[in-house]
Amino acid sequence: MAEIAIRQVRKSYGRTEVVHGVDLDIGNGEFVVILGPSGCGKSTLLRMIAGLEDITAGEIAIDGARVNEREPRERGCAMVFQNYALYPHMNVADNIGYALKVAGVAKAERARRVAVVAATVGLDGFLDRRPGQLSGGQRQRVAMARAMIREPKVFLFDEPLSNLDAKLRVQMRIEIRRLHRRLATTSVFVTHDQVEAMTLADRMVVMNAGHIEQIGAPAEIYHRPATRFVASFIGMPPMNLLPARATAPGVVALASGARLMLPPGWVMTGGDVEVGIRPEDVLVDAESGDGNRLPFTVEFIEELGAGRLAHGTLEGIDFIVQLPAGASMTAGETHVLTLGSNALHLFDAGTSRRCRFDAASPMAGVMQVPVVGLEHSVQASSA
Amino acid sequence: MENRPHFKTLWLGVLLVLPQLLLVLTFFYWPTGAALFWAFTLEQPWGGGSQFVGLDNFSNIFTDRFYWESVLRSLVFGVGASALAMGIALVLALFCDRQLRGYAYYRTALVWPFAVAAPAAAVAFRYIFAPEAGVFAALNQLYPNLWNPATNGDHAMIMIIIAYSWKYVAYNFIFFLAGLQAIPRSLVEAGAMDGAGVLRRMRDIQLPLLTPTFFFLLVINLTDSFVDSFGIVDITTEGGPSKATTLMVYKIYFDGFKGLDYSGAAAQSIVLMVLVMTLTVVQFRYIERRIHYK
Repeated sequence: MAEIAIRQVRKSYGRTEVVHGVDLDIGNGEFVVILGPSGCGKSTLLRMIAGLEDITAGEIAIDGARVNEREPRERGCAMVFQNYALYPHMNVADNIGYALKVAGVAKAERARRVAVVAATVGLDGFLDRRPGQLSGGQRQRVAMARAMIREPKVFLFDEPLSNLDAKLRVQMRIEIRRLHRRLATTSVFVTHDQVEAMTLADRMVVMNAGHIEQIGAPAEIYHRPATRFVASFIGMPPMNLLPARATAPGVVALASGARLMLPPGWVMTGGDVEVGIRPEDVLVDAESGDGNRLPFTVEFIEELGAGRLAHGTLEGIDFIVQLPAGASMTAGETHVLTLGSNALHLFDAGTSRRCRFDAASPMAGVMQVPVVGLEHSVQASSA
Repeated sequence: MENRPHFKTLWLGVLLVLPQLLLVLTFFYWPTGAALFWAFTLEQPWGGGSQFVGLDNFSNIFTDRFYWESVLRSLVFGVGASALAMGIALVLALFCDRQLRGYAYYRTALVWPFAVAAPAAAVAFRYIFAPEAGVFAALNQLYPNLWNPATNGDHAMIMIIIAYSWKYVAYNFIFFLAGLQAIPRSLVEAGAMDGAGVLRRMRDIQLPLLTPTFFFLLVINLTDSFVDSFGIVDITTEGGPSKATTLMVYKIYFDGFKGLDYSGAAAQSIVLMVLVMTLTVVQFRYIERRIHYK
């Protein structure tokens, strides 16, 4: 078990920098998931921890010791690769035991430890098979067992579930979680799948274009996305984002002129903002209640089984609503949506960062910018 | 399989195949047919008339001590040249695969020798290994008779092995490098994560996975060493000294064109042809099927 400290780490290929100064501390026994779209630098970061890529600048320390110059084998990390990277010419037992063989562990001891580890991942009867004779899920288990047998200080997972079918992926996800609960080994898991990230992580790191956008617990990242990117990346379907302009304290206006009332407490630093609301937070045809009521024109309905998604436009902007079971809505209709004030997220259009929300601040509800068109009797446009 | 293009009329297809067919018939089947015919007949040295003699030509060569000596020499040459050419090529390919400094340049440079015709290479090596000039003249000055392929049969054999291998290093290098690069990078990385150093990874992961390439090249190298060595031998040693470098293929030429024993030479070429065909069958039937990993 170990802590990992990543300090201002950069990676360049020639003149192209792909990781721009990343800082991250991973605690002892923590399960950290790095999430991001492809090409965001998450795998590169993982491979720098592993020692498979040179670190262009900055420092990575494991257990307080700088590892930049160390060979992969000297870092105490084990890695599970996306394509499993099993040795095709060795049987399962030799694949799992290879690290011990290299380390010079005696044959009998090796066989004993291989048997123990194989049993924990449910590979008892398969030790004599070649990787080519195994199913995807079994190969995945061999890869896990191979990482476990060295009892490493750190587990590194490079999108290990992305080659599995959907059902197996869920199953292996649960097994990885269970394994971590039992072994409590510091783990870094890289994925582009947000469900995987949300379910596995103690702490999530959302990366985009070589930067860290947000670090936090899964629930925190879902409920309080720190940037516009995180808001649009996390959530299925993604958060609705409506460009707007601050017009008065606690009020923003959409391009169409419709106004949205915000709860007091948002601190805005610029006139242009984006108002976000999750499709599942929108109320449809609510009788009453507080919030902004706006008309929504339905274009089409997506059936998901457990629920349905209505795609359409709200004040001329593409908008998605998650309908509860039983709600009736068909294409072409217009419905009234209620955007609850407390369900709204606010992002600065200039910096893309979440606006500060500070109910206790004396500036609460007061914009720090020249206000366009002061109006005090504010009312959301009605349907 | 079924969506291959078809020609509407037969004659167009035939017309397109014809040039290639003519070349193959003229330069392959015709000579082979003639050799087969000569191998079973007694041919007169100046032409005109032949006499069917059955297997007499074959029994003659198989009871000939000089023929078996040429077979033995061909084996020594084949094994020596293949080992040298493949060994050097493998080491270079492993270096190149690790992308050591400057690999892009020597990767290109290493491919060139294969483009050089065997006699041209042989002329160069005849000068390099000449006992009376250059490095070896100086060494011979210090240690008399250290190197003299003109009189020492072993020296001559070493010389043709080196000259021949030089060309085939390039050929083998291309295949070894392609084979190494076909091994997924992540396997080597997994080896590194498992704690294996560079040499250990080569031994445990890269070389075993290179087995199919290795056997493919072994067969190709042996086969080519039997038939493609003529140019080197003819230019550097002409089969000498005292037949020490008369390989099977050179003996065919020598008996046929210098000795005017068409029938004996034809029988020898048939034997060589059967040998090459056997190796080719081994290649296709066993090696390509057995040794591959998935």
